[in-house]
Amino acid sequence: MTQLDLRIPIGGMFTTFGIVLIVYGLVSDKAIYARSLGINVNLWWGLVLLVFGLVMLWLAYRASRPKNPV
Amino acid sequence: MLGIGWALRRFVRSSEDFFLSGRSIPAWIAGLAFISANLGAQEVIGMAASGAKYGIMTSHFYWVGAMPAMVFVGLFMMPFYYGSRARSVPEYLKLRFDEKTRGLNAITFAIMTVFSSGISMYALAKLLELVLGWNFHASIVVTGVIVLAYIFLGGLRSAIYNEVLQFFLIVLGFLPLVLLGLKDIGGWKGLTSKLTVVATNAGFEPGAWTHSWQYTGAPTHNPMGIEWFGLIMGLGFAMSFGYWCTDFLVVQRAMAAGSMTAARRTPLIAAWPKMFMPLLVILPGMLAIGLHATRGGFLPIGSDGHPNYNLAMPMLLAHYLPTGLLGLGLTALMASFMSGMAGNVTAFNTVWTYDIYQTYIRPGQTDRHYLRIGHAATVFGILASVVAAYAATRFNNINDILQLVFSFVNGPLFATFLLGMFWKRSTGHGAFCGLLTGTITAALHYGLTMPQGASPGIHGGFLGATLHIYPSEMALNFWTAIFAWTGCFITTIVVSLLTTRTKTDEELRGLVYSLTPRIDEGHMPWYKRPVTLGIAVLVASAILNVIFW
Repeated sequence: MTQLDLRIPIGGMFTTFGIVLIVYGLVSDKAIYARSLGINVNLWWGLVLLVFGLVMLWLAYRASRPKNPV
Repeated sequence: MLGIGWALRRFVRSSEDFFLSGRSIPAWIAGLAFISANLGAQEVIGMAASGAKYGIMTSHFYWVGAMPAMVFVGLFMMPFYYGSRARSVPEYLKLRFDEKTRGLNAITFAIMTVFSSGISMYALAKLLELVLGWNFHASIVVTGVIVLAYIFLGGLRSAIYNEVLQFFLIVLGFLPLVLLGLKDIGGWKGLTSKLTVVATNAGFEPGAWTHSWQYTGAPTHNPMGIEWFGLIMGLGFAMSFGYWCTDFLVVQRAMAAGSMTAARRTPLIAAWPKMFMPLLVILPGMLAIGLHATRGGFLPIGSDGHPNYNLAMPMLLAHYLPTGLLGLGLTALMASFMSGMAGNVTAFNTVWTYDIYQTYIRPGQTDRHYLRIGHAATVFGILASVVAAYAATRFNNINDILQLVFSFVNGPLFATFLLGMFWKRSTGHGAFCGLLTGTITAALHYGLTMPQGASPGIHGGFLGATLHIYPSEMALNFWTAIFAWTGCFITTIVVSLLTTRTKTDEELRGLVYSLTPRIDEGHMPWYKRPVTLGIAVLVASAILNVIFW
């Protein structure tokens, strides 16, 4: 495998973004969510990004395994 | 948050050469790169601005314009682009016609890239002004310096790679904004009722902002000021086909695909995400104008007395997203502005140095000489972009000025390609005269007509007499494209018939439809054939048109 799978950096980037947003969502002052209709969007969208990032990484991992080990 | 974005981008960049060294780019990457070459910040800001100014009729840029054009380029034009082994659109023109046609195209293309990067620069400076509170002029200077540094540090090597990354950044960065806005306004129902207020305030039927076709019987009945004929011929045919079939930045992405079938499938795959882009870029504009009309003063009022539609997206960002997610949205926008601008300036630099300077002005110099000229061209390109950025400040919707430039450049070019690819009798002289006439026709039309409420000058009407007043800037653009296309089409045919062919059938093999062997795709299962994919795309966009009729 000489090619870098593009899904790795995409997955890595969104996993990182997701974790940062989730942490920020947990520690941040609830007052800042007045503008987002009282929803803690950092936490929720962080979860979405985390799932997306992990799915990308999983797809890349699956593709990198040899198809027929025999 | 911003810092992380940039750090990650740097990490990605270093691995880029590695990635491109693989010869074939997978179809999904080429497909996403195909639309993300065009889904820049310009589209995000410009289409949102149009959504606010013209309502759901903006969706015609997608479901009437882009979809059929992408199917056409995939099914009919890609065989010639991919098969001719041309590396760029001007190069195809050289192979098919002659040197002077390529030269003319290179010059108009260079001008277009400068406008394009200038418009990005304006929008970015406006964003910095709004979010960080910087002075507009200082923002322009800062932007110019950053882009210059970005290009000199070689930041553009990873174009395709970055574009795909940005595609996801933009989609995932803006989706929460749309969801929050929709929830706030009360869903589609709430939006419709708010837009009724917008439409009646502007003196239209209540549904003018939420129906894409119903009010196109006469130009005065809809906010875009265009009737169905001008819409289909101007936007659907001349402009969209011109843009998607001949724009070098876009077409180049498909040329990078691994095989002929993959190259043909690229635009057809790209059409699917493109089809749903209006949700992400037009809907926010409609939300913004709905809020503006019913909650008062959401958008700042410009010097012309109209709201500044360009700020629809930035205002929504600042209104709904809290610290944290706001960083993600801003990172997505900035990254896409930077690379869009750098892409255009680099294209300008390449075309100027190799297609114009090396070919016509000073051939046969050393590589170092050309490198120096290339650097000078980059600086010049950025300075010219600054001028274009100030021109853009005169438009309350950057999509209006962007489409104006396209109508001048891509409208006539599409006629040249159509005749070049499907009529072997068309000659180099014919193509050259046609292109020139097409652009002059566009300029004459623009100079003799004006949109409503404008004064002669940059908005048209600069030739003294004003023969016709269009209800909107966009309507004027569509008709400019129709005139430019027709001028080029007729002139190319007439001049071609008056001149003799200089290229033999043998030289034109692979470049003209009737002289190229058909591609046999009989061995592929029917659902994998490009034709099937193309028909599926057309059916789906027809359904979308009916839903929002």
